[in-house]
Amino acid sequence: MTIPKVYKTAGIVLRQRRLGEADKILTLFTPNLGKLDAVAKGVRWPRSKLAGHVEPLTYTSFMLARGRELDIVTQAQTIEVFPTLREDLERTGRALYAAELVERFTPERQESYQVFRLFLETLRRLATEERLDITLRFFEMRLLGRLGYQPQTEQCVVCGATLEPVTNGWSVESGGVLCPACARTAPMSRPLSVNALKMMRLFQKGDFAAAARVRTEASLESELERHLREYLLYVLERDIRSTRFLETLRQTTRHSTPAGGNVL
Amino acid sequence: MTPTASSAALPVSRLIEAFNKLPGIGPKSAQRLTYYLLRAPQEEAQALAQAILEVKEKIVLCSICQNITDCDPCAICEDGQRDRTKICIVEEPLDILALERTGSYKGLYHVLHGVISPMDGIGPDELKVRELLARLKSPAEVQEVIMATNPNLEGEATAMYLTRLIAPLGIRMTRLARGLPVGADLEYADDVTLTRAIEGRQEV
Repeated sequence: MTIPKVYKTAGIVLRQRRLGEADKILTLFTPNLGKLDAVAKGVRWPRSKLAGHVEPLTYTSFMLARGRELDIVTQAQTIEVFPTLREDLERTGRALYAAELVERFTPERQESYQVFRLFLETLRRLATEERLDITLRFFEMRLLGRLGYQPQTEQCVVCGATLEPVTNGWSVESGGVLCPACARTAPMSRPLSVNALKMMRLFQKGDFAAAARVRTEASLESELERHLREYLLYVLERDIRSTRFLETLRQTTRHSTPAGGNVL
Repeated sequence: MTPTASSAALPVSRLIEAFNKLPGIGPKSAQRLTYYLLRAPQEEAQALAQAILEVKEKIVLCSICQNITDCDPCAICEDGQRDRTKICIVEEPLDILALERTGSYKGLYHVLHGVISPMDGIGPDELKVRELLARLKSPAEVQEVIMATNPNLEGEATAMYLTRLIAPLGIRMTRLARGLPVGADLEYADDVTLTRAIEGRQEV
């Protein structure tokens, strides 16, 4: 065996599960080893020196020892904490949603450096940006792209016609946007507004700053959320659990209107 | 069924299987417990069986604080000596035991029976949140709500969510202090804990 018994890796803690009396199984997302599970011993004791470093949504440097089934955390030192992700419920909920998407979409122990970069950037944005929902939509679209599920938004998926600036169709089964003629014959397609199409292209091609500068109406944001959520669920073929909590949050707060930027 | 269990007599292997399902008990411990009971006096086995049945038959949730109890309301809610203006919110019944051991809290409790965990699909509806709000909205006896959920991400999220719900009621809300545990080493403390410890420092 060439794999060392003890190895070092950085990683973001996606989630924790309880194991036995005081241990926890951590699901880590690492830049070079992808997603992996590791046991953190004794982290439920108040005096655990690991506990604070292995909380969900912290970016930590780990020393792991190969175990029989699961690797064991021997040392952990925080690289980057995101205090606002712990102190602002709106940010916490969205960061956990992003973590769930990463956990659901990535295979175990398979390098996914691009997704790691995207996720880390997204956590930084969720910790600081005001446009939390645009941050999530940008993340969703980029995640789909990096995993090879990029929705087609340039030409009609069916006939290849160039898309006109009119209400087109959105079809998750076909994998993207349909021209109005093809949308009429596709039973599961939904209307896609011009502005939503523009935003989708911006998410795919532009940088985050450009997307965050665009001022969007609440109706456009919810249209984008609906379309992308439908697409994610279609690809995942499973429920995304943390969306329920986001719904709960929405019911307990009023929407604040985003400031600045040009109106779309 | 484990291979070792299947080679034993059926009642024996059934008991091994049953022990094996308990948290923290592996196949070896399950065998050891089973063979211990086999050799133990009849009364001891009887008492254990009886105790298990009684737990299932007699224990209910207190209709006020949701703690596990054999009489409703529970002993703490019934106790006239306790300070009825304070409610301490905990995740699990075991947390009450820990707080009671200190003897330094004389108010009432409310058990949530879990914590908000979005990734596991556990939200406020799965917890005893509705019961808590009903308690707080009825005659204005409660003056302070103490959040004693665990100081981890999910515990904090739960405390923040409850704060959001309770704040409009105009009740004083407090959170257990977070900082260094007794007997700990500074050099091993994480940034968040140290920050909190500095923020929460006290006059000596």
